[in-house]
Amino acid sequence: MKMRSSLGRVRGLGSAKDGVSHWWLQRLTAVALVPLCLWFVGSLIGQVGADQASVAAWLAQPCPAIVMILLAIATFYHAALGLQVVIEDYVASEGLRLVAIAAMKLACFALATAAVFAVLKLAL
Amino acid sequence: MATERATGRPRPLSPHLQIYRPQITSVLSILHRATGIALSVGTLMLVWWLVAAASGPAAFASAQGFITSWFGLLLLFGWTFALFFHLCNGIRHLFWDAGQGLEIKQVYASGWAVVAASGGLTVLAWIIGLAGRGS
Repeated sequence: MKMRSSLGRVRGLGSAKDGVSHWWLQRLTAVALVPLCLWFVGSLIGQVGADQASVAAWLAQPCPAIVMILLAIATFYHAALGLQVVIEDYVASEGLRLVAIAAMKLACFALATAAVFAVLKLAL
Repeated sequence: MATERATGRPRPLSPHLQIYRPQITSVLSILHRATGIALSVGTLMLVWWLVAAASGPAAFASAQGFITSWFGLLLLFGWTFALFFHLCNGIRHLFWDAGQGLEIKQVYASGWAVVAASGGLTVLAWIIGLAGRGS
């Protein structure tokens, strides 16, 4: 039995009005983060005990800088999507939920910008 | 509801976690969310570290001072486990999304594999990290 209109079906956006984009981007960033996180842990182990000069020299190289920026973007995108679901699950009040999600997304955006800027400052 | 008034007792709500025996499926599911939240908090440390490195030796020294304090190291150890757990269990989730490994026996086996892998990788990373500190 079809419960949806033909137009609703062809748009495929469902009740959330954004279709599967949240679900899909969460998986896409998850897949990207598998190699990025392994690189991240390996790299941080290599920086244990390093002073500012050697960390700066490391991130001044193109490859570590590029991968660190990719890691920051994927991490904060993935975190924003995940935290959004957590807030949606536990914050019952609609107004508070809207404010909490907006604040969280702005914080993720600001932190991602700070991370990218810091790497670029060292790299350029 | 009429029954509520009649008995005078609050009706049971779902989910009612206290009455269920913890199982590896539910525990790992909760842990996946908890580690995700913990890692989100951990990004603050990462951003602090990166911005400090970009700001200069003095700022970097204070970030490094916090990380190498006993509290900083404790947090770092927790985040290491959280990262490996969320990574391993996330891969488990991706297999489920592809329709693989959904038989109950496989779900239990992959769950224990995730516990072993994330615990083992955490210990391994710290052994290598602490060994490299001396050199």
